Amino acid sequence: MMMTRLRRVCIALASVVLLAAPALAIQPPTAQSEYVPANPGTATEQLPAAPLLIGAYVFAWLAAMVYLWTIWRRLNKVETDMRALEQKTRHSAR
Amino acid sequence: MRKAFVPLLAITAALFALAPILIANAPIESTMGLVQKIFYFHVPSWMAMYTAIAVCGIASARYLFGRNKAVDAFAVAGGEVAVLFGLMGLISGPLWGRKAWGVWWVWEPRLTSALLMELIFVAYLLVRKYGGPGSEKLAAATALFGTATAPFVYKSVDIWRVQHPKTTVVPLLLKGSMAGSELPFAVSAIAFVLLAAVLMAARVALAQRQAALDELYLASED
Repeated sequence: MMMTRLRRVCIALASVVLLAAPALAIQPPTAQSEYVPANPGTATEQLPAAPLLIGAYVFAWLAAMVYLWTIWRRLNKVETDMRALEQKTRHSAR
Repeated sequence: MRKAFVPLLAITAALFALAPILIANAPIESTMGLVQKIFYFHVPSWMAMYTAIAVCGIASARYLFGRNKAVDAFAVAGGEVAVLFGLMGLISGPLWGRKAWGVWWVWEPRLTSALLMELIFVAYLLVRKYGGPGSEKLAAATALFGTATAPFVYKSVDIWRVQHPKTTVVPLLLKGSMAGSELPFAVSAIAFVLLAAVLMAARVALAQRQAALDELYLASED
C-alpha cells in the first residue's frame, strides 16, 4: 500500500518535471535594459561583424540616394508634361 | 522651404560624412561587440520613420476632418518617407540580429509589429496609387490607422517579454551608461531626422507640382 502510494508520488513528480522542462526551455533570454562597455583587451568577436555593420550603413545610403533620384526623375517628368501642356494650350488658343 | 532646402541638404550630407568616423571611434559593447554599432543607424532610422509617420498622420487627420487639400502633399511625403526609413530599420535590424541572436529574424512582438506597421504604410501608398478617384479618404484613414499603431510598436518591448533590447537602452546611453557613445548617437540621430525632413520637403515639392499639373489639365479640358 505504502509502496504503491510512493510510486504514484514519484510518477506525478516525474511527470511535472518532464512537462515543465520543455516549457522552461523555450523561454526567451531576458532582454538587455542597458549597454555596458567591454573591458579593454577582452576578446569580443567570434564571427566577423564588420560586413554586417558596413552593409547596414551602405544600404541606408543607397536607399536614400535611390529615393532622392526617383523624386528628381518624377519632378522632371511633371515639368516636361507641364511644358508640353502649355505649348498645346498656346497652339489651340491661336 | 525652397531657400532652406540646399543648406539643409548640405548640413545633412556633412553629418552623414561625420557619423561613420564618430561611430568607428565609439566604444565597443561588452556582450555584442562590434555589431552593436549597427544601433547607431538602426535606432535613428526608426526615429526618422516615426517623424515621417507623425507628419503623415497629422496631415491625414487634417485632410480627413478639416477638408484641407493642401496638406495632402505632406501626407503622401510622410507616407513614402516612413516606408523608406522603415525599410532601413527592417534591413539593419536583421543584420544586427544575425550576429547578436544567431538568426536573421524572430517572430517576436517588436519585430512582427514593426513589420506590420511598415506593411500598413505600404498599403497606404498602394491605395493612393491604385485606389482610383475618391480613394483619398480611404488612404487618409489607412494612414491614421498606421499612425495609431506606432506607439504600440514602440512600447511593445516594455509590454511583452521580448529578445529585442528595451526602450531604456537609449535614455541610459544618453545618460552615460556607455561613455563616449552619446555624441556618435546624437550626430547619427540628427542626420537621419534631417535626411527625413529633406526627403519630405523634396516630395512635398513634387506633390505640389503634380497638383498644379492636374489643375492645368482640368483647365485645358474646359
